[in-house]
Amino acid sequence: MSAVLNSGNQGVTGRLADRLWRQPPVLLLSLLALPLGWLIIVYIGSLVALLWQSFYSIDEMSGLVVPEFTLKTYGELFTPSNLDIILRTLLMSAAVTVACAILAFPIAYFAARYAKGKWKALFYLGVMMPLWSSYLVKVYAWKLILAKEGIVTWIFAKLHLTFLLDALLSVPVIGGNSLSISYIGTFLVFVYVWIPFMILPVQAALERVPGNLIEASADLGANSSQTFRNVIFPLALPGIVAGSIFTFSLTMGDYIIPQIIGSSRLFIGQAVYAQQGTAGNIPLAAALTVVPVVIMGIYLTVAKRMGAFDAL
Amino acid sequence: MRSDKESQAPVWLKLAAAGGLAFLHLPILLIFLYAFTTEDKSYVFPPPGLTTQWFAIAWNRPDVREALWLSVKVASIATIIAMVLGTMLAAAVSRSKFFGRETISLLVILPIALPGIITGISLRSAFGLMDIPFSIWTVILGHATFCIVVVYNNAVARFRRVSGSLIEASMDLGADGFQTFRHVILPNISTALLAGGMLAFALSFDEVIVTTFTSGQQQTLPIWMLEELVRPRQRPVTNVVAIAVVIVTLIPILAAFYLTRDGDQVAGQGK
Repeated sequence: MSAVLNSGNQGVTGRLADRLWRQPPVLLLSLLALPLGWLIIVYIGSLVALLWQSFYSIDEMSGLVVPEFTLKTYGELFTPSNLDIILRTLLMSAAVTVACAILAFPIAYFAARYAKGKWKALFYLGVMMPLWSSYLVKVYAWKLILAKEGIVTWIFAKLHLTFLLDALLSVPVIGGNSLSISYIGTFLVFVYVWIPFMILPVQAALERVPGNLIEASADLGANSSQTFRNVIFPLALPGIVAGSIFTFSLTMGDYIIPQIIGSSRLFIGQAVYAQQGTAGNIPLAAALTVVPVVIMGIYLTVAKRMGAFDAL
Repeated sequence: MRSDKESQAPVWLKLAAAGGLAFLHLPILLIFLYAFTTEDKSYVFPPPGLTTQWFAIAWNRPDVREALWLSVKVASIATIIAMVLGTMLAAAVSRSKFFGRETISLLVILPIALPGIITGISLRSAFGLMDIPFSIWTVILGHATFCIVVVYNNAVARFRRVSGSLIEASMDLGADGFQTFRHVILPNISTALLAGGMLAFALSFDEVIVTTFTSGQQQTLPIWMLEELVRPRQRPVTNVVAIAVVIVTLIPILAAFYLTRDGDQVAGQGK
């Protein structure tokens, strides 16, 4: 402390600092310039560059990008095979979101309403640790679990229920040769990887439900399921919507999970990766990435109307 | 106020919550078991035997070591950049109200809110347009961009709690701007910064999607793992690497939790 008191405002840095402090706009600008410059040049610049290229097209003969403004590439999005990819991705994202909401709710509800003290911290870490564990490690764990010779097959065999697993896998479209190359597998891994993103906002929303509101509902004669339906659930809904933003967006943009666990049919992310990599068709890859951006734009607008942003 | 009757959860809810937590943790624990298996050709369960030999083998693999070292380098540099930029931004946003303040919050969150593939392909196409060759620096550039948000989030929450009168008192007592920063502001925000930095490190160390687009020949540890996942060649070594990754990312997370546990906002909620 004495160092602070004794040293006056000597030296160039000291005077410079004083001048900055006395002129808030200059201080503000000097604080903002570097980080904003970085974000705008590196990030926004790149996004604009990408968007720009989606209006170029590729010359089918030479395979080179033609730098002329055209909507031809966007037209290609509506070919049956690309529409298929988009539809498949949307269906998967919706299914994953619904499953995450159903599975997350009891965990969030318990953590918000009943867990106290040590248990609360434990629950919190119990959700945070899987959330922050390595994404690839989690996917890898499921590769081990769902492998034909893996633990799931073993458990079904031990319980003498192998016929159930076989029946599940023989369902057309969602089934397959083994769980690790079926849509069921892809779905399970997506749910596992993104569910913490649903638990946290739902828990936050539930924690904000005032206890006396629930008591009031009980005093007015509602039984516990009526209280849940008419009081708790409506108040938790913004949290669910907030969580669904993450689960939906993350599923839609992922290209690694369906590549490692799933059938060979493409999702949007994989299509983007293939177009920009092996196919060298940057314009189509760019146009394909615009699809999730537009969908998320619509989604966010609706979510905002439902008050989801207050629950974040 | 809650009545006594209510403080006890119904059994089905306890079971559902416990089941949910088990679902979250068992898969990761399974990897720990697999790291000791003697089987190296398949993922057979239960493991036919147990051994510790794979740890030594993995440690002596030059490709694993190089990937690990590169990941540590990338994550460290990206974290330092993100800490500087994120703190500056947080200081600016929390100290004053100005036009476009809300937009800045959005701008910071965008690199992590949009799917990683969009960030990745944007950066790649921008590098392509400007003829920037891929190197460790292109990887760092991408990582620093999406790490800013975690540092920013932690710092902004703490800056709000550092009262303005404390800073004014310091100035009144004759400290200049840098001295005030060094002796008053920094001690107050240091744990939040440290927590933010640790989360940023964990985020960068584990990142794979943006990295696949911004690296050329460079192989970070997640990229090494991804290749093993697509074409499994050395299953036992991959198991060991997976454990190493889990531990390296969990230590900073637990530390960040510990550092901010008394605060109004605990670190790590906004991955």
